Amino acid sequence: MPHARSGDQQRVVGLSHLERLEAESLHILREVLAECERPVLLYSVGKDSAVLLHLALKAFAPAALPFPLLHIDTTWKFRAMYAFRDAVVRRHRLSLLVHVNQDGLARGISPISHGSQLHTDVMKTVALRQALDAHGFDAAFGGARRDEEQSRAKERVVSLRSPQHRWDPRQQRPELWALYNARHRPGETVRVFPLSNWTELDVWEYILRERIEVPELYFAAPRPVVERDGMLIMVDDERLPLRPGEVPQRRRVRFRTLGCYPLTGAIESEADTVPAIIREMLASRSSERRGRAIDHDGAASMERKKQEGYF
Amino acid sequence: MEVAPRPGETAPALQQTLRFLTCGSVDDGKSTLIGRLLYEANTLLEDQLATLERESRRLGSRAGELDFALLVDGLEAEREQGITIDVAYRFFATPRRRFIVADTPGHEQYTRNMVTGASTADLAVILVDARKGVLTQTRRHAYLARLLGIGAAVLAVNKMDLVGFSRATFERIRADFAAFGARIGLADISAIPVVATEGDNVCQRSARMSWYEGPPLLRLLEDAPLPDVAAAAPLRLPVQWVNRPHADFRGFAGQIARGTARPGDAVRILPGGRESRIARILGPDGELDLAVAPQSVTLTLASEVDVGRGDLIVAAESPAQVASQFEATLVWLHEEPLLQGRTYLMKLGTRTVAATVAPLKHKINVNTLEQLPAERLELNDVGVCELELDRAIAFEPYAVSRALGGFILIDRLSNGTVGAGLINFALRRSENVHWQALDVDRQLRARQKGQRACVLWLTGLSGAGKSTIANLVEKALAAQGRHTYLLDGDNVRHGLNKDLGFTAQDRVENIRRIAEVSRLMVDAGLIVLVSFISPFRSERRMARALFAPGEFFEVFVDTPLAEAERRDVKGLYRKARRGELKNFTGIDSPYEAPEAAEMRIDTTQLSAAAAAQQIVAFLEAHKVTLPP
Repeated sequence: MPHARSGDQQRVVGLSHLERLEAESLHILREVLAECERPVLLYSVGKDSAVLLHLALKAFAPAALPFPLLHIDTTWKFRAMYAFRDAVVRRHRLSLLVHVNQDGLARGISPISHGSQLHTDVMKTVALRQALDAHGFDAAFGGARRDEEQSRAKERVVSLRSPQHRWDPRQQRPELWALYNARHRPGETVRVFPLSNWTELDVWEYILRERIEVPELYFAAPRPVVERDGMLIMVDDERLPLRPGEVPQRRRVRFRTLGCYPLTGAIESEADTVPAIIREMLASRSSERRGRAIDHDGAASMERKKQEGYF
Repeated sequence: MEVAPRPGETAPALQQTLRFLTCGSVDDGKSTLIGRLLYEANTLLEDQLATLERESRRLGSRAGELDFALLVDGLEAEREQGITIDVAYRFFATPRRRFIVADTPGHEQYTRNMVTGASTADLAVILVDARKGVLTQTRRHAYLARLLGIGAAVLAVNKMDLVGFSRATFERIRADFAAFGARIGLADISAIPVVATEGDNVCQRSARMSWYEGPPLLRLLEDAPLPDVAAAAPLRLPVQWVNRPHADFRGFAGQIARGTARPGDAVRILPGGRESRIARILGPDGELDLAVAPQSVTLTLASEVDVGRGDLIVAAESPAQVASQFEATLVWLHEEPLLQGRTYLMKLGTRTVAATVAPLKHKINVNTLEQLPAERLELNDVGVCELELDRAIAFEPYAVSRALGGFILIDRLSNGTVGAGLINFALRRSENVHWQALDVDRQLRARQKGQRACVLWLTGLSGAGKSTIANLVEKALAAQGRHTYLLDGDNVRHGLNKDLGFTAQDRVENIRRIAEVSRLMVDAGLIVLVSFISPFRSERRMARALFAPGEFFEVFVDTPLAEAERRDVKGLYRKARRGELKNFTGIDSPYEAPEAAEMRIDTTQLSAAAAAQQIVAFLEAHKVTLPP
């Protein structure tokens, strides 16, 4: 917090690193609200969504959040995520839209029988396109960060999508200074990433500083897991078929990212508080996306998914 | 700048962030250098390293050894071609400071992405291949970095291993670059010999170049001065959004561009000029008694004043300038060239206005710094122009403030960002020439004639029948006793516009003059008929913008090209087909059909006389011609 020192009006203390990031994110949120007709905040229940929502509430206070939340539900999230989501919505009196790709559901698409690639495509990418079209949203805020992955590092803060929701990495609008161009033609939309310049560490330090609540799955606790394809998969409900010889074991684990539970690997950990998570991360030698099956589906997989409309 | 860390924040030193970009010619090793920095700064994690090893074997250019460029070239096309296409932002930290690095492309065709990276950077790391020395693209990037306000550069002479670690080579390149730096006002240059692939002088001093006595690159970056937070400057707050949750609260949200704000401070709202005092400041964590750039805040004012998005709240005792005409430097970012006289949207701060380029003064040969006469700016060109806005805005010269002097130009049709601009200064001309308000106005003049003044703008291909129809309409109106004037393309080109040809920029100027003449005639109370091919939507839109709603009627005389060519009344199509007429609309110059004309006349269905009758009826229905 800046403050003038007594007797020295000109010496003003600068903003801290997190305060500068926060100021930039609030600016982005407000610019897009001012330039677009129907924004929506994509809420995926994880830590980045929690920070994004926290920032959005700050950006427009004392007014209520001027746009709804949209959760693209694959029906395969951890049970604890659904409970957490509903509690957050109640506490902040938010308007939440939940969209499931009913067609995919009817076809019985699941991460277990169809693999991560098809499941993600149908239940996340296609589902998101359906929801944006159905509600006529022209701007969607997401919690993606440039440090997550290489093709993310190339994306603009305000990123144009064609009426088919495609991203064209070769035709991105130049984005100079803090001048975001959210103008678009009818049918076109923009995806907006207010956390572009945050790192994973920034996110956790901000969660600590602001006392933001995140799902308990991020904290170490004894959980039933099986070891599968080099990942620790939590047996979150009875839908996870056990392979021959697999016996769920209780291990002290936590998750660095949250997604569909059969696709999200846990790590063994003792970190059960935010400061402990930060300490663990500083000492860690692997990245957060390691625990995500979908990122290993071939080189440049994220770029292709993004071109097709994935967040 | 001192900061006391709050719970949950890291050490005080890590509160500082240096933003820099790497630039230089293609293949000088920019991405490799950044990859090396990330690697040596211990930013890379095990799984990222494993991926890098795997991909280095598959795609790498270093015979299976780690290819650090693959860490930053994240797009598929980049990895396949081994080049950088778009700017990538990477983050790393040392125990002394945080860094955001923009890795920008070296190819000239991707210069716009380099400019994007430079717009937010504090320092430029300019790479040179020791074997090649200072190249055109090196100079180009150095010039653009300086233009965008970067005052400090590190010249990294790379691939020193390939010149036998020659000190003489290094010194020659250093001297070459310093000479160019002096010409563009880039004085703060540190030169350093490196081998990015091996890490020499990247994080550690190289034993192979003991003659180099300066610090390694990372140390230079850790010690580089940080930008001034501009807290000592007078307050500048561009209003983003008006926050009105209920009748008792009216707050103005924005990010402070410069200066500080305290409750009780006297402020002025620009461009309007009304004054008030700050009542309360809401920061991200609640009420504040001091806010400072670059905080995002919401202010309330002590009195009811009209403030909206795009206004600039400034310190009352030290307001910013307000003007509607500027000299600006433009960097053109789009394949479709900038044309003189064309109108674009200009976004500066939170304000978006219409801006017309008139005239383009010159473009700059970035290699020689020569000023060349120019009528257009092509992709990646840099030029100086005069800009005329449709209303006054508050601003600061770019040299004073990036946030209040930097702007983008947006194409009104595609909404794409097509240009970036820097305000040099306001043209005083605009303040001295005021529109003379006269007592006898257009309404009075038009009423005397029993009509409402307007423009009927007929557009269509050559030979579509525009002039024939316009002539019949004018005869019918004259018979009713109306006062009209017909501006015909061919006739006007004999006089007022005889200096103009048929290139795209001349066509723009042609239409601009006709639109302005029409405006004066509408002011005189006339019904003006304009019969011009006017092939470009943007120029017709520019013409329309000169008039009040309901004063401008676009009539699309729709004749298919094949039909116009079949009629070929003046024999022009035959000439154009033979190649004797260049830039002929429909043949080798495009015609952009109107998307929302007030009227469309299909000449394959309607005779000229019937079309004229329809237009006369339309004017009656729109109360242009009042019953006598």
